[in-house]
Amino acid sequence: MDNITSLIGGFGDVLSPMNLLIALLGVTVGTAVGVLPGIGPAMTVALLLPITYGLAPVEGLILFAGIFYGGMYGGSTTSILLNTPGESASVVTAIEGNKMAKAGRAAQALATSAIGSFIAGTIGTLGIVFLMPQVAKFAISLGAPEYLAIILLTFTGVTAVLGASRVRGLASLLVGLTIGVVGIDFVTGQQRLTGGLPQLADGIDVVVVAVGIFAVGEALWVAAHLRRKAGEVIPVGRPWMGRSDWSRSWKPWLRGTLLGFPFGAMPAGGAEIPTLLSYTAEKKLSKHPEEFGHGAIEGVAGPEAANNASAAGTLVPMLALGLPTNATAAIMLAALQGWGIEPGPLLLTKEPALVWALIASLFIGNTMLLLLNLPLAPAWAKLLQIPRPYLYAGILFFASMGAYAVNSQPFDLWLLLALGLLGFAMRRFGLPVLPLIVGVILGPLVERKGRQSLQLTGGDISGLVGGPVAWVCYVLIVVALAWPLISLLRSRRGGGGSDDGPGPDGAGPDALVNARAGYSYNSSEA
Amino acid sequence: MIQQHPETQGTGATAAAGATAAAGAPGATGGTKDRATGGTKDRAQYGLCAGLALLGAYVLFDASRIGAVTSSNDPVGPKPMPILLGVLLLVVAAFYALDISRGGHGEAEEGEDVDLSTSVDWRTIGMLIAAFALNALLIEPLGWVISGALLFWGSAFALGNRHHVRGLAAGVTLSLITFYAFAIGLGVNLPAGILQGIL
Repeated sequence: MDNITSLIGGFGDVLSPMNLLIALLGVTVGTAVGVLPGIGPAMTVALLLPITYGLAPVEGLILFAGIFYGGMYGGSTTSILLNTPGESASVVTAIEGNKMAKAGRAAQALATSAIGSFIAGTIGTLGIVFLMPQVAKFAISLGAPEYLAIILLTFTGVTAVLGASRVRGLASLLVGLTIGVVGIDFVTGQQRLTGGLPQLADGIDVVVVAVGIFAVGEALWVAAHLRRKAGEVIPVGRPWMGRSDWSRSWKPWLRGTLLGFPFGAMPAGGAEIPTLLSYTAEKKLSKHPEEFGHGAIEGVAGPEAANNASAAGTLVPMLALGLPTNATAAIMLAALQGWGIEPGPLLLTKEPALVWALIASLFIGNTMLLLLNLPLAPAWAKLLQIPRPYLYAGILFFASMGAYAVNSQPFDLWLLLALGLLGFAMRRFGLPVLPLIVGVILGPLVERKGRQSLQLTGGDISGLVGGPVAWVCYVLIVVALAWPLISLLRSRRGGGGSDDGPGPDGAGPDALVNARAGYSYNSSEA
Repeated sequence: MIQQHPETQGTGATAAAGATAAAGAPGATGGTKDRATGGTKDRAQYGLCAGLALLGAYVLFDASRIGAVTSSNDPVGPKPMPILLGVLLLVVAAFYALDISRGGHGEAEEGEDVDLSTSVDWRTIGMLIAAFALNALLIEPLGWVISGALLFWGSAFALGNRHHVRGLAAGVTLSLITFYAFAIGLGVNLPAGILQGIL
C-alpha cells in the first residue's frame, strides 16, 4: 500500500491555497478551450509552455493536468450542443448526444456526460495510482535495446494503428524525426542540418514546433476555410437527470471506463477505438435498442466514460516510460524537459513528490470540473458565440508571444511561420499531426538508445536485438505493419463463402477508417 | 500494450456499426462532406511528395558532410541516423506517390469552424502571413506592446473584422495585459522596444 501512502503525501502537497487556485484556473481554462472551437488542450498547453517556465514544476503540472481533463469536459459540451465534434474522441458522443439535444434532452445528455466523465476520470486516475508504479518498476530493469524496441513500438502505434493512412502517418513521423535531428550532435558536437545558422545550433525548440504546428497551423487552416455563418447552438438549461436516466447510465459509465483505461494505457491505444467499442456494446446490451440513432442516453454515457478513462490511461506510459501517446501528453513531456527534469522510467524514483502531486491534482481537478460544469453549462455554451476573427487573431497573438519568449529571438518567429505553413499543409493533405510531434520529442531519445545499444556490442548490429521484451515488441511491430496483408489474405480465403464472417472483417477496418477520416485524430484538440 | 493487436482486430466486426452511425452524424449538419478535392484526383499531393523527397535528399547531402567520428564509446557516430532518415524519407515519398497514383487522397481536417465546401481562401492566408511577418520585423525595434497589438488588429482584419477601433483597442489591451502579467510579473522575455522606460 505504498502507493496509497504516496498518494496521501501528494494530496498534502497539492492542498495549499496557491495550488488549489492554480488547479481551479487550469480546469476553468481547460473547459473554456474545450468548448471554444479551434482550440484544444494540446494547443493551450503548448501556448502556455513558455509562460510556465516561470512557475515551479509542480504548479505548472497542476495547471496542465487541469487543462487536460477540463478540455475533455468542454469538448463533449460542444459536440452535444453543436454536433461538430472538434476532436475524434467526441465523434461517438456527438452521435446520440446531439440527437438527445435536438429532442429537448440536452440537459440530460450534458449531465450523463459530465457525471460519467467524473466517474471514469476518478476510476482511471485510481488505475494510474496502482498501475503506473508497477510499470515504472518494470521499466527500470530494461536495457537500452528493450527501451529502443518500446519506443519503436510507440512509433508504429501512432503512425500505423491510430491513423487513417499508414504512408501519411509515416511521412509525418519522419518529418518530426528530421526536425529532432537538427542541431549539435550530443556526443561528437558536430552540427547536423543547421545549414550553418547559429540560431539552429541548439536545435529547434519543441515549444516552437508545437506552437507552430498546433496553433499557427490550425489558425491558418481555419482561416482558409472559415465558416462565415456560425453553427447553430442548441440552447440548454442546467443539466439534470431523472431517475430512469440514472438507472440507464450507471452501467454504461462503468463499462466505458473498463474499455477506455486499458486502451489509453497502451503505447498506442488512443480514445477512438474504445469509444466506438463502447457505443457498439451499449447498443447491443441496451433494453431500448430502438432508441439508438434517435438519442439513447446509453450511447452518450458509455463513450464519454470510455473517452475520459482512456485519457487517464495515457498518463501511465507518459509517467512510467516517458512515452507520449496523445498530443497533450507529448507537450507535457516537453514541459518537463524544459524544467530540466528527465522523463522516463526513473522519473518516479527521482521526483516522487512531483509525480504524486500531479496525480493528486487530477483527483481534485476532476471533482472541481463536476462542480464547475453542472451548474455552469449554459454559461459555457455562450462561449460558442465569440466572434471568430478575435478568437483566431488571439491564437496567433499568443502563439507569437510564446515562441518569441523561448529564446528572445525574432528568428524563432520566422521559424514559427514556416512550421505553421507546414501544419497548414498537413491539415490540407490529411497528414496526421501527432506522429510529427511524437517524432520531435522522441527522436533524440531513440537515437541515443540506438547508439547505446550498439555501444554494448561495439557496433555489431546484434546489439539491437536485446531480450524477450524487445522480441515481443518487434513481433507486435511486424504484425501491425503486415496487418493489411494478413486481413487481405483472410478475406480472400473466406471470400464469397456462406458465413458472414469475412464481410464485417473486411469492412471493419475500412469503416473505422471512414469514421475517423473526417475527424482525423490529428486535430489539435486531441 | 501487449494486447493491442487482438483488440484492434476485434473492432473489425464491431466498428462497422459505430462507423455507419458516425458517418451519419456529419450528414445531419447539412452534408458539408463533398469538397473540392473529392471526385477528381488531387494532384497537389504530388507537390507534398516532392517536398518529402527533396527533404530526404537534403538530409542525405547534409549527412555526407558530417565527419565519421566514432570511438569505442560511440561506435556508431552521428552519421547513421540522418542517413537512415534520408533514405526512409525517399522511400516514403515513393510509396506516397504510388498511393496518390492509385487515387489515394488524405482527408482534409474538419473542425467546428471549418467549411470544407469552400475553396482555400488565399487572400486571407496572405494577409495573415503579412501581419505575422510585420510582427517578426517590428517586435525588437518597436517592442511587443506595439507589434503585438498590430498583429492582433491585422489578423482580426484579415479574418473579416471590420470594427477597426474595437479591434485595435482589443489588441492594445491584450498586449498591455500580457506585457505586464508575463514580462514584468513572471519574468518572460518580451521586449519593451521604444516604450522602454514608459511602460
